[in-house]
Amino acid sequence: MAEDSRRAGTPPEERYQASQSTWDKIAESQNFKDLMATKRSFIVPAFIFFVVYYFALPVLVGYAPQFMATRVGWVNLAYLFALSQFFVAWLIAGLYVRAANNFDRLAKDIVEKAVVAKADSSQGGK
Amino acid sequence: MANISLFMFLLFIAITLGITYWASKRSAGSSAYFAASRQIKGWQNGIAVAGDYMSAASFLGIAGIIAFQGYDGFLFSVGWLVAYLTVLLVIAEPLRNAGKYTMADVLAYRLKPRPVRAMAALSTLTVSTFYMIAQMVGAGALVKLLLGGYVNYNQAVTGVGILMIVYVVFGGMLATTWVQIVKAVLLMAGTILLSILVMAHFGFSFGQFFAAIGHVTYHDAKGATVVKDFLQPGLRYKPPYGPLDLISLGLALIFGTAGLPHILVRFYTVPDAKTARNSVVWAMVLIGSFYIMTTFLGFGAATIVGPDFIKTHGGTNMSAPLLAQALAGNIFFAFISAIAFATILAVVAGLTISATTSFSHDFWTNVIHNGVERKPGEEVLVARISAFGVGAVAITIAIVLGPTANVAFLVALAFAVAASANLPVIVLSIFWRRFNTAGAVSGLGVGLLASIGLILISPSLMAIDPPTVVGTARHLIQAKAWFPLENPGILSIPLGFIGAIVGTLLSNEPTSQQKFNELLVRSNTGLGSEKAGAH
Repeated sequence: MAEDSRRAGTPPEERYQASQSTWDKIAESQNFKDLMATKRSFIVPAFIFFVVYYFALPVLVGYAPQFMATRVGWVNLAYLFALSQFFVAWLIAGLYVRAANNFDRLAKDIVEKAVVAKADSSQGGK
Repeated sequence: MANISLFMFLLFIAITLGITYWASKRSAGSSAYFAASRQIKGWQNGIAVAGDYMSAASFLGIAGIIAFQGYDGFLFSVGWLVAYLTVLLVIAEPLRNAGKYTMADVLAYRLKPRPVRAMAALSTLTVSTFYMIAQMVGAGALVKLLLGGYVNYNQAVTGVGILMIVYVVFGGMLATTWVQIVKAVLLMAGTILLSILVMAHFGFSFGQFFAAIGHVTYHDAKGATVVKDFLQPGLRYKPPYGPLDLISLGLALIFGTAGLPHILVRFYTVPDAKTARNSVVWAMVLIGSFYIMTTFLGFGAATIVGPDFIKTHGGTNMSAPLLAQALAGNIFFAFISAIAFATILAVVAGLTISATTSFSHDFWTNVIHNGVERKPGEEVLVARISAFGVGAVAITIAIVLGPTANVAFLVALAFAVAASANLPVIVLSIFWRRFNTAGAVSGLGVGLLASIGLILISPSLMAIDPPTVVGTARHLIQAKAWFPLENPGILSIPLGFIGAIVGTLLSNEPTSQQKFNELLVRSNTGLGSEKAGAH
């Protein structure tokens, strides 16, 4: 990538550049607001859930060790709860990837519109 | 035995040098050198992320902690995987969309680049150096133990240092990535094999395996026989401060992983944010499977080898190799030892490239020369030269500390700094419109100082040793610890956030707020993100 090695500090020419007002316009567009709302509606609850679920482990193990030592089959509650963390983490990751396909679709729209708008305006200017 | 070990070590070195030679012809230009031309595939980067993360501390360290302290050691394993949800949900995609080579690229969008990059580079170098020294001391001790007849500690440390410099200087990010991939595959293979052998030992009966874990027998310091249920919590984290320390460790893992520079730079090696996301998922599958298998490694060592034997044959860190020896003889012992060695080499290479990228891109080009590369290839040249510097510093410190040095706390410190300094400013810069330069500088500064300060006065560095403990194995400050926890996260992470928020509120920087929309759009849509280049 020759352009990269010549001007490392500044973004290379091919990177999308726009004026402040363009960025503001995109950020305030309905499409972008929809994208942010869609992302937030998954990420915020997922984040809160996994943090609470995870910290329940050290809290329970630390402050209720006798209860967590309750035998369940071959093992005990403490081990089962720890093991469940792995599967819950994988499940959340899987759900996120599914939800993120939606984010990608919404984001693609915004990017395409922005690129087309830029091409139009630079042609109009000449 | 040392012969087989030596052969396997040399074989791994030969393979990785071959990779480096291959990569060296594809590493011209900044994007190729620092980000492997952004052409690494999602699954490849996922394996490499896993490789970067599964350090000797997790392979040898966690197996050892479980072998000696049972269930509480397994709690480490849980946190190391769950932490990746923060990376997946919050950090990986915005970083890939908006940045170029380092985490500071994201901060520099809306903040004043020079002060922010200078602080970010300082924090990156601090995390990388601490982590690296812990790995180097471990490598030296391991090699000395395994190849005692051939090399001593100083030679081992120097050898590891020279190899990591060679990988990074000649092969850049591409070689580092493939070294990680080879190592991660070896590590997974070794771990799966060991787990199967452990279960074969118990006739593939989980009932027998867990029954044995319920009665681990060993001798305590006074020589009395002890029988303990190793599945019971509380063998390591005892009241009054144990539970709090455990929560503090969890915080450092959950918030620190997403701030580790050598993990963050990996997301710049893929073509786009979607691939970055997929690579995190790949990494989570591997990392999760690995840490579940620490059940077999750690408890297997406790039940089959026993704490007594491990203690007199190299100590906790040798639990996994000794388990391999007990189950399948010397060749397998050599194989597992070689994997441990490969693990250390790969991780130090990953740390070195993240440190040199930050020094060259953030500090040299952007802080000293105001973002202008004065002649073509300067940035890469500076990175290559600084790799020598980083290597020399790491070798020197590891040799001065010596093989018995108490360095386990350095990994905790690296995570604490990443969680308390790096993560707050990355998150606030992406999500908080009001955030500004003063906030970033004070957040990074407070997070860094709080982590280091609290570790200094923690039981890791402050304790009264009996006279039998000598040299660098002694605690730095011979007094009762002022701060009772080994992990400072519970205090240092809030302090980092408070530093960032107070710094922001005390100053006013309208341009940072105006430019927030640009960063918001870029990081969430990928508009104008760095494209993959041709090799």
